[in-house]
Amino acid sequence: MMASSYNAKEEDGHHPGSSNHGGTGPSSSKKPDNTAFKQQRLPAWQPILTAGTVLPAFFIIGLIFIPIGIGLYVTSNNIKEFEIDYTGVEPDSPCYICAQNFSWNSTTPCICTVNFTLQQPFENNVYMYYGLSNFYQNHRRYVKSRDDKQLNGDLNNLEDPSSDCEPYRKIGGKAVAPCGAIANSLFNDTLDLSYVESNGTLNSIDLQRKGIAWWTDKHVKFKNPAGSNLSVAFQNTVMPVNWRNPVYNLDPSDPDNNGFINEDFIVWMRTAALPTFRKLYRIIPKKSGAASTLPSGSYRLKIAYNYPVLSFDGRKRMILSTISWMGGKNPFLGIAYITVGSICFFLGIVLLIINHKYGNRSSSADIPN
Amino acid sequence: TDRRTFCLFLVPCPALQCVGEENCVDSRTVYISHKEPPPGTEAFIQQRFPDNRIVSSKYTFWNFIPKNMFEQFRRVANFYFLVIFLVQLIIDTPTSPITSGLPLFFVITVTAIKQGYEDWLRHKADNTINQCPVHVVQHGRKVREQSHKLRVGDVVLVEENEIFPCDLILLSSSRDDGTCFVTTASLDGESSHKTYYAVQDTKAYKTEEEVSSIHATIECEQPQPDLYKFVGRINIYMNNEPVARYCPNFNWPVIVLPSAVAIYTGMETKMALNYQSKSQKRSAVEKSMNAYLVVYLCILISKAIINTALKYLWQADPNRDEPWYNERTEAERQRAFTDFLAFMVLFNYIIPVSMYVTVEMQKFLGSYFIMWDDEMFDEELQEGAVVNTSDLNEELGQVEYVFTDKTGTLTENNMEFIECCVDGHVMPGSDSIDMIDTSPGPGARVSLASEREELFFRALCLCHTVQVKEEETVDGIKHGIHQGKSSSFYISSSPDEVALVEGMKRLGFTYLRQKDGHMEIINRDDEVERFEVLEVLTFDSVRRRMSIIVRSNTGSELYLFCKGADSSIFPRVISGKVDQVKARVEHNAVEGLRTLCVAYRPLSPEQYQQVSHLLSGAKLALQDRDKQLAEAYDRIERDLILLGATAVEDRLQEKAADTIESLHKAGMKVWVLTGDKMETAAATCYASKLFRRSTQILELTTKRTEEQSLHDVLFDLSRTVLRHYGGMTRDASLSDDCTDFGLIIDGATLSSVMRPNQQGSSSGNYKELFLDICRNCSAVLCCRMAPLQKAQIVKMIKASEEHPITLAIGDGANDVSMILEAHVGIGIMGKEGRQAVRNSDYAIPKFKHLKKMLLVHGHYYYIRVSELVQYFFYKNVVFIFPQFLYQFFCGFSQQPLYDTAYLTLYNISFTSLPILLYSLIEQHINTDILKKDPSLYKDIAKNSLLRWPSFIYWTVLGVYDAIVMFFGAYFLFDNTTFTSNGQMFGNWTFGTLVFTVLVFTVTFKLALDTHYWTWINHFVIWGSLLFFVVFSLLWGGIIWPFLNYQRMYYVFMQMLSSGPAWLSIILLITACLLPDVVKKVIWRALWPTTTERIQVGSDLNGQI
Repeated sequence: MMASSYNAKEEDGHHPGSSNHGGTGPSSSKKPDNTAFKQQRLPAWQPILTAGTVLPAFFIIGLIFIPIGIGLYVTSNNIKEFEIDYTGVEPDSPCYICAQNFSWNSTTPCICTVNFTLQQPFENNVYMYYGLSNFYQNHRRYVKSRDDKQLNGDLNNLEDPSSDCEPYRKIGGKAVAPCGAIANSLFNDTLDLSYVESNGTLNSIDLQRKGIAWWTDKHVKFKNPAGSNLSVAFQNTVMPVNWRNPVYNLDPSDPDNNGFINEDFIVWMRTAALPTFRKLYRIIPKKSGAASTLPSGSYRLKIAYNYPVLSFDGRKRMILSTISWMGGKNPFLGIAYITVGSICFFLGIVLLIINHKYGNRSSSADIPN
Repeated sequence: TDRRTFCLFLVPCPALQCVGEENCVDSRTVYISHKEPPPGTEAFIQQRFPDNRIVSSKYTFWNFIPKNMFEQFRRVANFYFLVIFLVQLIIDTPTSPITSGLPLFFVITVTAIKQGYEDWLRHKADNTINQCPVHVVQHGRKVREQSHKLRVGDVVLVEENEIFPCDLILLSSSRDDGTCFVTTASLDGESSHKTYYAVQDTKAYKTEEEVSSIHATIECEQPQPDLYKFVGRINIYMNNEPVARYCPNFNWPVIVLPSAVAIYTGMETKMALNYQSKSQKRSAVEKSMNAYLVVYLCILISKAIINTALKYLWQADPNRDEPWYNERTEAERQRAFTDFLAFMVLFNYIIPVSMYVTVEMQKFLGSYFIMWDDEMFDEELQEGAVVNTSDLNEELGQVEYVFTDKTGTLTENNMEFIECCVDGHVMPGSDSIDMIDTSPGPGARVSLASEREELFFRALCLCHTVQVKEEETVDGIKHGIHQGKSSSFYISSSPDEVALVEGMKRLGFTYLRQKDGHMEIINRDDEVERFEVLEVLTFDSVRRRMSIIVRSNTGSELYLFCKGADSSIFPRVISGKVDQVKARVEHNAVEGLRTLCVAYRPLSPEQYQQVSHLLSGAKLALQDRDKQLAEAYDRIERDLILLGATAVEDRLQEKAADTIESLHKAGMKVWVLTGDKMETAAATCYASKLFRRSTQILELTTKRTEEQSLHDVLFDLSRTVLRHYGGMTRDASLSDDCTDFGLIIDGATLSSVMRPNQQGSSSGNYKELFLDICRNCSAVLCCRMAPLQKAQIVKMIKASEEHPITLAIGDGANDVSMILEAHVGIGIMGKEGRQAVRNSDYAIPKFKHLKKMLLVHGHYYYIRVSELVQYFFYKNVVFIFPQFLYQFFCGFSQQPLYDTAYLTLYNISFTSLPILLYSLIEQHINTDILKKDPSLYKDIAKNSLLRWPSFIYWTVLGVYDAIVMFFGAYFLFDNTTFTSNGQMFGNWTFGTLVFTVLVFTVTFKLALDTHYWTWINHFVIWGSLLFFVVFSLLWGGIIWPFLNYQRMYYVFMQMLSSGPAWLSIILLITACLLPDVVKKVIWRALWPTTTERIQVGSDLNGQI
């Protein structure tokens, strides 16, 4: 009787089985596996971050971090560091003349001497750094401008360096070795340190040039091209335009410290992360016996001023520093640890209050519905 | 995701529509059995038609790669990365093309594999359809063919219950009258049996030989998608003489038995033409994702612009631009304006390349959990949930409006005769034959009541339109229902009638058949009674009743039996136990049963003369025939004597009420859209707890709008609702026990509400007003809905101001339109074929499974995807922001902070798996609690986890972490060493330090967010960190032919050999994670969400 208004909803011959073959879906006609994974019932640990559970963690973090921070801070404070800027910007500074009269073409180095006084003796090994400011070793064009394959002693790249080295790749058809902007701008000031005895005599301090570069760099990453004689190996190349000495003659004092494995060179080739940086220059080994490595007193720094920085508003520094297990003087880590530890401790107290005031409420609160 | 069965056939043209010769330009001529027409009649032009191959797959083996590449690069994100990649190839950029090429390749490959797999499934499905056997009549013999080999003009033999392989014209049928019964459910959703007639001139050809002898051509139009229109004509040649006819009774297609000729095949079938690829539904999450993407794109561009500007500013000083130590090459000097692009390339990683692929994989893999779900498996159907689109998983957690069909969705769609009430005596219908027989009144049978009872049964046996079908090889559910002696079963367009007739059979009166104008029934004493059918007063929806006038063969008494809705019978009743029956009817209606009243009127021969005179007069009327007929019916169907009432139950599905209650509690509004009549639908609503006893029902029905104008009714209702809510806001404390409103609206009223008014201005008002009312009602029932109206309603709600997320659920083909329209369409694997299932996004066996689908799966997927999206943006901000900061310290030279390997692998391997796994198996709350407490669903309503505040929180957190990492490393490196041998570190160590902190921080951040730590989580999270460490060691430490001189050589090892590096990594990770932990803990303590309270609660319970 309701025929016209009611869509017949009776079986119509299309019972599921007969029309099923139209469905392409992954319709499973079998009962799904009753595995914990498929039923999303894997056993699980269900942690919940509440004030109560986090509280102890905060106190523990606070209690661990603050002592570490204090330890780091004290260690950092015990490190002795001396820094002197010898750029020669000020007219009264000893290197002013050298800085002003700098010329790329001069053959004799301009020498200037800087006197300074160490108030406290430096114990143990003392590390001598040179520091540059406003020098963008991390500029993309600069970072890229090297040929690691050439530096690894590959003969093909020695004579045909990668195009990354442009415009320091070839001079007059001859490959530059080492090529690229980084090598070309190798820091070439020479720093000599002497102790000025009370009677005025200069006592030259022995500066060790070994161990300033990463061991892996010196022995694996950088390799000289094969050949018994370095000057022969490099005969088809020219030295970078700003260099005074060819690469096989960087360290006349030690034949094993020449070529690409010259440690000063390796140190320079590890581009610094920030525009103000320092690089390890020499190590002053600790003296045997009880004597300080660098006793307090006057010192004289003799500088062969070869490296121009004024053009780009840069600065040059010489740094003497002792080292602890945590490196050089850097109060940051200690302060940061103390800060974070204190914050955690403080938050722990705040959470304790919150937990006390609201914790009971929220856990015993009536769950709606 | 395109799936269908091709049970195709053509639907008849309702009226004869012949076109003149001149219009038949765009026509095709079909030669039945490929016989050439006799010479001279017309030129025999062999037209080429496609074969019957169904192609739903997108790719072939050959075009897969180019076509798939093309489609993938049409996506904005992929195209963007392609452009970046090309830019990197062309200009001098800071990073190597590998950094973006490799992830892109990875993404493209993964997507291609997924799509290839899906297409392979489609190929398989197509093959099943294409190879399904079809009987073709060739040279007088029946030949089995594969479906795809069918050609236009083939004569096809379709047997009972078979599916039509293509569009067909019915030539003849096994029935004498050339008719057949067909359901068109898969085409238009009407699942009633329709009668189709064979072409008059061919219906006599029955056997294969005869059919083969037909010599005819059919001219018809070229394929067009209109289902209801088919124009053509058949030319039959006898003895080579054309007997051309303008399709007199071109009541086409359809075929149950014999032969039919194929008209349209393959992709030209009406169904294929009607098959539109479903418009891509996009989830709200995806929309948020795209919005975020735009924000990040803006950030990216502004970063690049800022840096470019600063770079030019910085370069203004030539000593800074080109100091002596760092000169440009000639080429570089000439190249200009590439800086912006270079910065874009440097920062492009901020757009998470792998996010799309991860989201896609998450959805694809995640949807398996729905299919695997044990609880959504139905033992009876032997089927579990089906996922047709995995794109909408998380939308299941966002539903605000649920539109559900009634019959078959809320109810079982299994009509069962429950009881009848004769003269106030209630007689249970089922399992009751014994009861009747042994009932205390064998003696009462002879009484008046018994006479009435028999009359009542006779009335029900006679007053219907049920047809009897002889049982042959029919299988199916019907088989079980009647265990009676006769091997026939009933078909009717109304299942209620079938239920009634079958109910009568159980009570002892069996309707046998209609033969020669007589209806035969077997009474309780196994005697055949014959009644001559004199008149049938057919059913119409205005009268809502039908009548039949019969003459008993035994006594030659004349009876008018009338059956109809209570409201249309009672006013016409003059005697009978009206009150008792009325009470029973009302009782039953409230129980949710479908009730009918039965009455009769004995006619004297004179009265019959009068009646038949009236009727014939009306039937012969030339004008206003319908009106006159209605008047005649009205005059005939009066002075009735009430016999009783029947009750048929369409039982509610198991746990339907519970499910609806849960949905209500979860804050969803449930609307029932049904084609059923108001009373029944309302009863179902009560039964399913959609309406409660306390619900105040507002009616917006034709009945009311007849009394008042629509305008007034609407304003009345809105005043009621608004006054109520106005009062409520004043004393909100009372709101709990305030009555809520339920609205009932019918199709006719709805269409007048929706109809644009004559004055265009006020039309919008009605709609607005209506929406206003709806919004304030907790439940809405729309009855008497046409399928299209269902979709209209969904569309209207979708388009309303709040743009709520809608879900439509239904089982029948008449629900397809709304399933396609709603944000999420769910099909129920009901009895009405697979149409709804096929068009749905998800299909479940029963309505009750909706609860788990939404409350558990939807909730989980939403939580998972939102975390996935937020986390992806977060980890890329943390990744790229240090790089941005670094530009300020490297002269804006686009120097990357991280090594190429790290840039490349960060997104695709170091941080990809933990989040993917999180997004697959995270459970912030246990499944059981989610099911028990539907109100948790409200916590994630309105896309709450992906709103701008939380997005900004994540971004700020990312920026904070990036600043901590970068400046932490910066101060550590500040002009000093942190090794114990005094050696210095370079820029790559700096980057590696930041990167190490970065990888650990983002992984730990995810670990902190994980609430569900299975062994897989442990494995993946710690495993991916371990992988990072091992990779870094290998990449930088192992002596390898080319690795020993690359820039990362030994950098990682050197860093780890220094104590302060370790200390600072620990410190920075702690500092990065601290704010997030504190925020979480404090928020949870001070402003806990329901979810968080429950988490704590369950945690405590667990501890106890």
